[in-house]
Amino acid sequence: MSATNANDRERHRFDVARLRRTMWLGLKSLWMHRLRSLLTVLGIVFGVCSVIAMLAIGEGASYEAQEQIAKLGSQNIILTSVKPPDDQKLSQSGRTSFVIQYGLTYRDLERLRNTIPGITIVVPSRIIRDYVWHINRRVDCEIVGTVPWYPEMRNHHVAAGRFFTMIDMETCASVCVLGAETVPVLFPFESPIGRDVRVGSHYYRVIGIMEPRGKIAQPDTAPGAPKPAVYQIFIPLETAKTRYGEVLIKRRTGSFEAEHIQLHEVTVRVHRRDRVLAVAEAVKELLERHHKKKDYEIVVPLELLRQAERTKQIFNIVLGSIAAISLLVGGIGIMNIMLATVTERTREIGIRRALGARRRDILTQFLIESVILSGTGGLLGVGLGITIPFLVTHFAGMRTVITFWSPLLAFGISAMVGIIFGLYPARRAALMDPVEALRHE
Amino acid sequence: MATPIVQCENVCKTYQMGMVTVAALRGISFEIHAGEYVSIMGPSGCGKSTLLNVLGCLDRPTAGRYRLGGEDVSQLDDDALSVIRGKRLGFIFQSYNLIQQLTVLENIEVPLYYQGRPEAECRAISRELAARVGLEHRLHHRPFELSGGQQQRVAIARALANDPLVILADEPTGNLDSTSGAEILHIFADLNRNGKTLILVTHDPGVAKHCSRTLRLRDGELESDVRH
Repeated sequence: MSATNANDRERHRFDVARLRRTMWLGLKSLWMHRLRSLLTVLGIVFGVCSVIAMLAIGEGASYEAQEQIAKLGSQNIILTSVKPPDDQKLSQSGRTSFVIQYGLTYRDLERLRNTIPGITIVVPSRIIRDYVWHINRRVDCEIVGTVPWYPEMRNHHVAAGRFFTMIDMETCASVCVLGAETVPVLFPFESPIGRDVRVGSHYYRVIGIMEPRGKIAQPDTAPGAPKPAVYQIFIPLETAKTRYGEVLIKRRTGSFEAEHIQLHEVTVRVHRRDRVLAVAEAVKELLERHHKKKDYEIVVPLELLRQAERTKQIFNIVLGSIAAISLLVGGIGIMNIMLATVTERTREIGIRRALGARRRDILTQFLIESVILSGTGGLLGVGLGITIPFLVTHFAGMRTVITFWSPLLAFGISAMVGIIFGLYPARRAALMDPVEALRHE
Repeated sequence: MATPIVQCENVCKTYQMGMVTVAALRGISFEIHAGEYVSIMGPSGCGKSTLLNVLGCLDRPTAGRYRLGGEDVSQLDDDALSVIRGKRLGFIFQSYNLIQQLTVLENIEVPLYYQGRPEAECRAISRELAARVGLEHRLHHRPFELSGGQQQRVAIARALANDPLVILADEPTGNLDSTSGAEILHIFADLNRNGKTLILVTHDPGVAKHCSRTLRLRDGELESDVRH
């Protein structure tokens, strides 16, 4: 028993030693043709490195998209008022004054609250576009009239100071919270908190600053609609209602335009995540029944998330095929070189066979050489593939995410390519007739 | 009498060349005993090389029986023949046939390597053999850095590495000038004196003269078997 064990161990040790020597031999043979080996390896290097780099960039992009969508809140349904297309036409066809009435109303809000179960909080908001002043600095701003629980609902938190409270709401206080992007424009040299900003003829005290939003994934906006502004300030909804009323007058080049909008945006939070899509359906139906025109839009972040996931899947498939093709090309390169090597070293094969090498010894020798080629290529490719995303992040400012499995996968595939494409040349070497091989010049 | 080391009984070898069947060996029988120094001679195309391939277990006879060290090897499979070549036979070729990417020491080690002997043991044996053929100061040179005579001495050391039953040499002096050739023959004589069995294929009667026995082939048949 112990004798067989010792024997086994002995044999095992020999096998390891032998493998090491065969690898050493392979390295020597490859070193004899340095340039050729290097060029062959490059094929794999680029394949592997492109796999890792592309996966990292793709992963980064989808990560960013998901983060943005998560910011909107995966349990939220966001309703926005949009100008119906036919009305727009009317207003543009020469009439100088026209009151357009459209959008979500307070009654819609009531209906939603009363008829659809599972909705916990609702955030209505009004958005007014106007200049915001501080002494002589001004910025074209989105003035968002909203409720105190907006930050929590939209995952958009206060960075400094505080958001307004129910008391501010009820008293129609003249307070505001600045969006992070607005601060450097209006208050380049000082802290804005406690200072005042002016909108029209009203002054608002700054009580807080929001966190930067980053880029927000925006659903397609209608072509004529104003682009969402980067700059935002937040004021209590009640204040907005009393200050601005419901009719907005826009002065555009040569024409007045008045719009009657009650609510610009309503955020509905669904109680349970798995009910989001069903509730979204119900909301859609409810609104359809009460709006003759399509003057609202429903954005379901969860749906966007699903879409992003699908996009990512497609992206991965495309990347995967590109990677597969580049590794295939690399593999063909290896096979080509190994075939040339086998022909060139026919005589060596004959000598080795004469000196006692079995077929499988020759097979492993050549197989190991091709695996060394592809393995080295794989390692270098992993190294390069990990550096490239860093460079991309550094120079192009794109987010990249290297998942831990992608280098492993790429390296594994490259090693497999070595085996698969090395097998045929190695077999060819092993099956040579020793007499013929020795006679080969 | 001890069993002969090499025992050929009516060995035949035919090749199929397209439609024509060529008989390279037409029933050759002879025995070689331990410690003999045999040369095989004959004109080109007489079957010398074929016979050497059969004796060297590189090829199997189509008919007849070949016993090496008392073991019938005429019908063994490829792997078994490889093992026999590795353990019992030493080869020396006209064109040295060293492996170019390996050093002198490593070249001598090759047969031991395929037997799976531990590395340290291989090293020791190959150092000793290199010294025996007078190459102790060239251990880490590559074949292309050596003269023809030196290369052939490496090949001899390599053939000795596995302590073979028989050493088979195919025109060992064919590519060498007379001085180097004489050196090689001197080493052979030395080996034979120490009890090695050698079989030499040659054209050169001057070389055959050194041997104790000469087999002459003609048209695939044994023409004469002379002991000097």
